[in-house]
Amino acid sequence: MRGNTRLTMPVSLLWAVDVYGRVYSLSTGEQQWEQCHDAVLEFKRVTAVQQCCWGIACDHHIYLNVHSSDVPIRYQEETYENQRWNPVDNFSDHLLPSDRWKWSDITGLEHQPLDSFLLPSTNWEWEGDWYIDENFGGEPTEKGGWTYAMDFPATYMKDKKWNSCVRRRRWIRYRRYKATDTWAKIPSEGHSGPLPDPFNDISCGGWEISEEPRGKLSLWAVSLQGKVWFREGIHHHSPEGDVWEEVSLPGEVVQISCGPGDLVWAVLWEGQLIVREGITRDCPQGSSWVVVDSPNPEAGAIHVAVGDNVVWAVTKDNKVWFRRGINSHNPCGSGWIGMVGEMVMINVGLNDQVWGISCVDRAVYFRQGVTSSELSGKAWKAVNVPRDGDIRSHSSASISSLHSAGCFFSGEVQAQSVMSEDSDTEGGPQRSCPSFPSPEPSPIDPDVSKPRIPKVTSDSFISEMLSDREVKQEGTTAATTASPSIPEEEVALGEPEAKCPPPALVLSPSLSGGLGDPQWSNVDLEETQTHLAVGPAVVRGDSADTCSLSSVATYTLCQGEPYGADEHPLWAWVSGGGCGVNCHSQLNWFNSATALASSVQSMSLSISPAQTAAWRKQIFEQLSERSKREMDHFKHYEQAVEQSVWVKKGTMQWWRDWKPHKWVDVRFALEQFSGPEGNQDGILFLYYNFNEEKKYLHAFINEVTILVPVLNDSKHTFAVYTAERTKQRWPIRLAAATEVEMHDWLALLSVSCCDSRGIQGPPSKQAIWSVTCKGDIFVCEPSPSLEACPYPTPCDQMFWRQVGGHLRLVECNSLGVVWGVGYDHTAWVYTGGYGGGFFQGLASSTDNIYTQTDVKCVYIYENQRWNPVTGYTNRGLPTDRYMWSDATGLQECTKANTKPPSPHWIWVADWAIDYGISGGTDREGWQYAADFPMSYHGHKTLKDFVRRRRWARKCKLTTTGPWQEVPPIPLCDVTIIPCGAQSSVETIPLWAISNKGDVLCRLGVTLLTPAGTSWLHVGTDQPFKSISIGGANQVWAIARDGSAFNRGSVSSESPAGDCWYHIPCPAKQKLQQVSVGRTSVYTVDQNGNLWFRQGLTPSYPQGSSWEHICNNVRKVSVGPLDQVWIIADKVQGSHSLSCGTVCHRLGVQPMEPKGQSWDYGIGGGWDYITVRGNSIEAPRVRMPSLTPSLTASLTDPLRPPPPRSLLPVMITEMENGNDVRC
Amino acid sequence: MADDKDVLRDVWFGRIPTCFTLYQDEITEREAEPFYLLLPRVSYLTLVTDKVKKHFLKVMKAEDVEEMWFDFEGTPLKWHYPIGLLFDLHASNTALPWSITVHFKNFPERDLLHCPSNSVIEAHFMSSIKEADALKHKSQVINDMQKKDHKQLWMGLQNDKFDQFWAMNRKLMEYPTEEGGFRYIPFRIYLTMSDRPFIQKLFRPISPDGHTHTLGDLLKAVYPVAISNDDESKRYQVVIHGIEPLLETPLQWLSEHLSHPDNFLHISVIPAPSD
Repeated sequence: MRGNTRLTMPVSLLWAVDVYGRVYSLSTGEQQWEQCHDAVLEFKRVTAVQQCCWGIACDHHIYLNVHSSDVPIRYQEETYENQRWNPVDNFSDHLLPSDRWKWSDITGLEHQPLDSFLLPSTNWEWEGDWYIDENFGGEPTEKGGWTYAMDFPATYMKDKKWNSCVRRRRWIRYRRYKATDTWAKIPSEGHSGPLPDPFNDISCGGWEISEEPRGKLSLWAVSLQGKVWFREGIHHHSPEGDVWEEVSLPGEVVQISCGPGDLVWAVLWEGQLIVREGITRDCPQGSSWVVVDSPNPEAGAIHVAVGDNVVWAVTKDNKVWFRRGINSHNPCGSGWIGMVGEMVMINVGLNDQVWGISCVDRAVYFRQGVTSSELSGKAWKAVNVPRDGDIRSHSSASISSLHSAGCFFSGEVQAQSVMSEDSDTEGGPQRSCPSFPSPEPSPIDPDVSKPRIPKVTSDSFISEMLSDREVKQEGTTAATTASPSIPEEEVALGEPEAKCPPPALVLSPSLSGGLGDPQWSNVDLEETQTHLAVGPAVVRGDSADTCSLSSVATYTLCQGEPYGADEHPLWAWVSGGGCGVNCHSQLNWFNSATALASSVQSMSLSISPAQTAAWRKQIFEQLSERSKREMDHFKHYEQAVEQSVWVKKGTMQWWRDWKPHKWVDVRFALEQFSGPEGNQDGILFLYYNFNEEKKYLHAFINEVTILVPVLNDSKHTFAVYTAERTKQRWPIRLAAATEVEMHDWLALLSVSCCDSRGIQGPPSKQAIWSVTCKGDIFVCEPSPSLEACPYPTPCDQMFWRQVGGHLRLVECNSLGVVWGVGYDHTAWVYTGGYGGGFFQGLASSTDNIYTQTDVKCVYIYENQRWNPVTGYTNRGLPTDRYMWSDATGLQECTKANTKPPSPHWIWVADWAIDYGISGGTDREGWQYAADFPMSYHGHKTLKDFVRRRRWARKCKLTTTGPWQEVPPIPLCDVTIIPCGAQSSVETIPLWAISNKGDVLCRLGVTLLTPAGTSWLHVGTDQPFKSISIGGANQVWAIARDGSAFNRGSVSSESPAGDCWYHIPCPAKQKLQQVSVGRTSVYTVDQNGNLWFRQGLTPSYPQGSSWEHICNNVRKVSVGPLDQVWIIADKVQGSHSLSCGTVCHRLGVQPMEPKGQSWDYGIGGGWDYITVRGNSIEAPRVRMPSLTPSLTASLTDPLRPPPPRSLLPVMITEMENGNDVRC
Repeated sequence: MADDKDVLRDVWFGRIPTCFTLYQDEITEREAEPFYLLLPRVSYLTLVTDKVKKHFLKVMKAEDVEEMWFDFEGTPLKWHYPIGLLFDLHASNTALPWSITVHFKNFPERDLLHCPSNSVIEAHFMSSIKEADALKHKSQVINDMQKKDHKQLWMGLQNDKFDQFWAMNRKLMEYPTEEGGFRYIPFRIYLTMSDRPFIQKLFRPISPDGHTHTLGDLLKAVYPVAISNDDESKRYQVVIHGIEPLLETPLQWLSEHLSHPDNFLHISVIPAPSD
């Protein structure tokens, strides 16, 4: 119905500084600028990223404001205590003179006593004292955490042997960054002491250069003398970074801008721009500069702003320019395009969205319509929201603060001051902007005196001097003022249209002449200022022209605003680097009378808050009254229209059942009719020709178990399964001519299937959720006999229907709380709706459907072979794989021909080397091996003759579904307590693991607020990867090193428990995933073995040992009835390793929690299942005793129970790929 | 929680219990029993009265039968108005079942259009949908549809197939997010006490200053008499599909959910019953 859905997005902030130096932030969820009251100081500029905001305050120091998070920034310090055995003292710290230090780092080379560890700055605090780490490579150690070896440096073992002569143990201590939500001063220290001059500009970015978990940031700063500094060592665990490093330059820089990736541009004094080249993961500060000319040779650039793939610039005449042809291969771009609008500065935020401050009214403007295909956007739109406690008149701000702030403002404001002075002299009331430091000592603030003048920002010099020059050239400037703004899309490569004699050009020789001497500018500035000050009459005589031509500061006089102009905030700086909007975002910031604003209004009216609106309630009530009045008493009347058969026909292609398999054209028809009990039913017909003979194939709609879309770039196909076809592993596979046609059919068939089974509306709380390897989400309503023993509903008869959205995993419980995690680790909570995606209209709920996005990587491999003459080249042997291939080497995959997984995915980045591949890589991303199908390692050895490296490219999907984002922490696992359907839990325990490995406990999760309120961080000594909470608050987790942990004393009173108990792994196995049911604990290890924890009792919840159940398991889900479901993998070496099949453990009973055999359901191509919502107990029947032969064959999920044969399954899957493939 | 989808179903499956009686002056061979039927509110009289015709023809001679038409309390019923509208307009405060008189003679040429076959109804229905889409989307959606899509809309109505109809109709109900609604709302306001058949004007769902227009706004602009002031007793009822939505109901929502299959919002303004 509604042709669109509301977009929800996590709240993020736009930062800005007003002309008085006050810092404000505007939340995407709010309609008001919030002043950053914490800032004691006035600020000149800010640069924001999502997690923090950097700023230059009026004391010219750099300050950092880290946003507080539920997960604290903590850093683990470690040191090793080393001991040697001698016959007298036994083990003691009497080491040999040749030995390492008594306290050292892991290598033994660095002396590291406990008291040598100091907090890096006052912004940190210790979390606790030093303690001994008793975990050794996933194994718990005994005896105080000691590990033993024959000698230093050697291999350490956890057990003492007769020849153990040395031992060591690891001490750890955490420090925590405490200065969140406050401005913390960053010391101006370079490698060789304090920096020589104060900062003038700053820009933060670069988080896309390296892999996310490290969280490196690039911070670039410009000093007053035009030097550029790069801040070393900023990453997640070190938000402040270490030290400033100077970057050599071809000239003097006035302003710099750094994008999220490898784009860094800066503006030179002379008005040219420089582009940093050679920025890579290993070298984030880049290697060299390339000069790019100003868009307008007569008006040099004064400001530049870069994003991922865009560069915007502002020239001295306030014109705005867009750089064409920017990409990672060509950071310099190809040409300038003049844009409409006059700005004093521009900032490019997330998603290449553009923000600016207009020189006309000093309002913050947003560039509307910026999309990845139209990066230059469509139009400027003013952000029009009030500030908190809006100050009606600036006179309420203290004069001195105005002065101290204004003094340090960027040049545009500085120039303004001249105008203000001017107005004052004229006695006009137009002082709508702050007063600015006059060069002569001011009577109000004697501190503002000549010695401080050199501190004004460098771009202000230009404007000052321009103003100065223009004064002398009065008369010629009027032409420019009158010239129209450059029309959009006009390419300025040719003759620019500005006709006035260019003052900038006249000026530049003298400017560049002075570049060698940094003192020059200061001296000259003073002169300029003095000159201006002593000659106000000259300025005044030409003020309007001067003003409009100077780089900035046109607003006062152009507007001639009345005194109350301060009611509109006057902005000096804006930063959108932390503001996660895109062209689809609906922002409530533009409350001018525009269509967008109104649509926002109407949307919000007709969606959730209005759900309870009186008018809607009234309609619902009246309609039901009407039904009662007009129909209830007349049910015996005949219907005017008899229900009849309805047929929908079409043409499709069908993947032929017999060899040779190929797509053949078929006619396709769905006949719908009313079934015997009045319910809808139907038959699917497929008419084909066989040997000139007309034949057909049919399927009853009420026997269809699932419809699986298999969208790829070549064909729009879907698979239709019935129970029989699931057994055969051979669905009816159909292809529609167009995607629209396929979706129409799928939606229709899906509605038809649901109708025939009487399924309507949202999934029940008991529903079983699963996710395919394509990220598609399916739910199944469990029948009461699904968990019956001994005769459960066969798995292949389960009916699955699709729910919109895209997830990597989904977890639920029987109270109806459902969470999911996307491929990009975004956490989502289920909203209670149904449909979304291609289910539109009737198959979808109107409410509770939101836009959902996901990002994943497509990988290809570059393969090379070594030959004695040329070394590694892309010339392989004739027998070799493609030089650009997929992981198997069988498919050729080049950068150019590799497409996103389906037409719904769009590329959002370029190909980049992936260093994160298992096995490790060298600095260029290569992995080496002796020959191609081998295991790879990250360093070259003599035996290696081939190498490969993985390239990754991000793509993004935008779809809709009943999911809402739970910002801001990305997750890699989540678990919700399973419970009986009738249990009344007030707050529902929910645990998660962040994608950095932090263990988190969600607070405030209730039936009404399934998203909860906040995260509680649960400390661990190492990152974790899997977690599960079972009955009686049993929390089990798996660490990244493969060890298992049990959390002690978790209860409703103490939701986070008190400590971790380290559980040894099964011998020689590293665990991967855990699932805890009512009492059962199951884990899966990295080799696909399924383990059951033996000996769990209420008094000893850690259990005693692991018992092997079977292999070839990828995922396990244990439910509130202790039912066990898995995703089973193929046998090693089979053709379709990545495929997964849903399997159900049969014969699970209270006294037999391990069950007996597997039943096979839908698959392959399934990645995830959760049965933790299904608490429907079946009436129990006593299990007849089993024959020994049956129990014997029960450990392999790929060996089905006797009636079914595995063999055909395997063969068909190998040769046709009819199932859903990864 | 009730979903907006349920409104669509309720609207589609609205039925009016009707008692058809043969006009007393018709010549019959034997006494004609009244005929009881549940009429779909969203359909057209001549489309759903085959059974009525068959029933009465049993007692009549072929030569006495001309084109069938209906009246309610002396008012001829226009078949080209949706049934629900006819009921709301003429009979909403009368007792159920709705008593309709069936005629086979003296066709009131001045009041009614002839309806020789269902294709006439189809043509009328499709022209209404096209007109509505011209208002909503400058005809872009309806013109993008294929002939078979048009047929699907009609067949859905004719065979009372909700799914079939809405599978196609939802496309007619879409609009770009940034516009917040249709270009104009296709509506008609009917007055029992007027000679004008109905009022129809251009009216946008959103005001120029960005506010959502409501049913009240529409009436204020088009037929202010229908809105009673606070101090006076209610003079008129504003009825859509047999219910009286609150005046603050957003017009866009009404258009999406309470339009008839012909995509028009048919609004009846009838005198309030005086107790």
